[in-house]
Amino acid sequence: MADAHAGHGLETPPWLRRLLIGAAALVMGLLVVLPLLMVLLSAFGKGFATWWNALTTPDAIAALKLTLFTAAIVIPVNAVFGVFAAWSLTRFEFRGKRALLALVDLPFAVSPVVAGLCLVLLFGSQGWFADFLREHQVKILFARPGIVLATLFITFPFVVRELVPLMQQQGSEEEVVARSLGANAWTMFFRVTLPNIKWGLLYGVLLCGARAMGEFGAVSVVSGHIRGLTNTLPLHIEILYNEFDSTGAFAVSSLLAGLALVTLVLKFWLESRHSDGLASHRRHA
Amino acid sequence: MSTLALPYLSRPRWRRPLPGFGLSLGLGMAWLGAVVLLPLAALTFRATGLGLDGWLRALKDPRVQSALKVSFGTAFVAALVALFAGALVAWVLVRYRFPGRRLLDALVDLPFALPTAVAGIALTAIYAPTGWIGRYLEPLGIQVAYQPAGIVIALVFIGLPFAVRTVQPILESLGHEQEQAAASLGASRLTTLRRVVLPELLPALLTGFSLAFARALGEYGSVIFIAGNKPFQTEIAPLLITIRLEEYDYNGAIALAALMLAASFACLLAINLIPLAFRHERRSRRDG
Repeated sequence: MADAHAGHGLETPPWLRRLLIGAAALVMGLLVVLPLLMVLLSAFGKGFATWWNALTTPDAIAALKLTLFTAAIVIPVNAVFGVFAAWSLTRFEFRGKRALLALVDLPFAVSPVVAGLCLVLLFGSQGWFADFLREHQVKILFARPGIVLATLFITFPFVVRELVPLMQQQGSEEEVVARSLGANAWTMFFRVTLPNIKWGLLYGVLLCGARAMGEFGAVSVVSGHIRGLTNTLPLHIEILYNEFDSTGAFAVSSLLAGLALVTLVLKFWLESRHSDGLASHRRHA
Repeated sequence: MSTLALPYLSRPRWRRPLPGFGLSLGLGMAWLGAVVLLPLAALTFRATGLGLDGWLRALKDPRVQSALKVSFGTAFVAALVALFAGALVAWVLVRYRFPGRRLLDALVDLPFALPTAVAGIALTAIYAPTGWIGRYLEPLGIQVAYQPAGIVIALVFIGLPFAVRTVQPILESLGHEQEQAAASLGASRLTTLRRVVLPELLPALLTGFSLAFARALGEYGSVIFIAGNKPFQTEIAPLLITIRLEEYDYNGAIALAALMLAASFACLLAINLIPLAFRHERRSRRDG
């Protein structure tokens, strides 16, 4: 054990240092590690076969498919529009930019349930678009489009929030040079901008994906909980849990916990290997 | 200068050396508008349409009042606890080197990556009277699961990464010079901490608190499992919104949701204003 500030005349007495480290480890252990252990032990507590059976019921497979389907739409859409938005927010000065930056953060602060309710007010039977939807026989609420829209709302800020500080840090010199050398807009983007921001973009996509597959509140309001049709994995967990099938609920949970662990490992790898390609003072989510 | 003398194309390029302003801003705004602003506008519009009567009826409902009390109360306590725990973890991560430090650092983000429903059922299982921790609290007469204390635990879990990750970078960037100066002038460690470190850290602490509070206030997935959801006791406002919606009481849901949205705006405003306020204060302190 060594003090990071050794030699500064600011060493903490060893007993205090040990006490503080112990306290921090205890906090993290009780609050963070224990729930993870709980999920894994409960999921596999009755054997691998039980775990596998819980995951391969038709409802669970349908839920997994819907969750992946949603992520497959939400991630690319957020990535593409996020890059465009970050480009306008970092390469140009215009009136209202600060307000726009603050608005990007909105979904972080709004309750997922409120987000879901907003979509009900737009697309529900009394909503703004009710007549239009009825005429054209389009179903958004209690169907896949509603789930995708709710997830888009929740995951909206992740890519932009990572790219804006990164692109501000990098500045636009290389792009201006590319332009002055005669590169057209898309050549400049694919040869200069994209290679510069790729790790940051990946980081944003990673966080966006983790949140997209785990979102519960907003999706719960708009999904209608139709088994095999509009249940995502998190909603399926709730159903199993409420039916007192806690082994099944934890089995499905272990799948999502595994996903969270993969996310953490990738995030850790990006932060330690490619920290140059990430925004340095990132405000966490 | 004659406009004819300049080729038409060179003018915008001279003003804006980089391309795509219109396209990127247009697409960005359209996306923000369609995905985020339009839904929120629908809520705001419907909320203003309720009229004074509708609002009074919604707010006089004792169940609404108690749900708001539970939500704001537990979120406040949880943000406070998350702030202290988070500051401790951040301090240890930045100031000390010990085996397992990197692992501890990586684990801080777990509550953020773990889906809320998963966290909810895991915490419930741990703190239920038969659970790993609950069984030891039960004989002491302490109940956590299905009580407000359970809600607080879930919200601390959710808020912890926000507290750690806002305080950590500020602690890292804090120079040791001032601390050393204070120490060499004979200040005790505690005095140095209080008079030198704490003032520098205060904006980050306030921001971390606001972030954790904002998240806690709206949190749904992890809370509903551990809360027990007894009306007037452990029913949170977001849950009451979904209940009103299921009862087709749209106006009740809208009023409550609009209130929560206003609280979100207030939190966001605070988060954005805190750094500005302190920048001003620091400058005046230095100048004065």
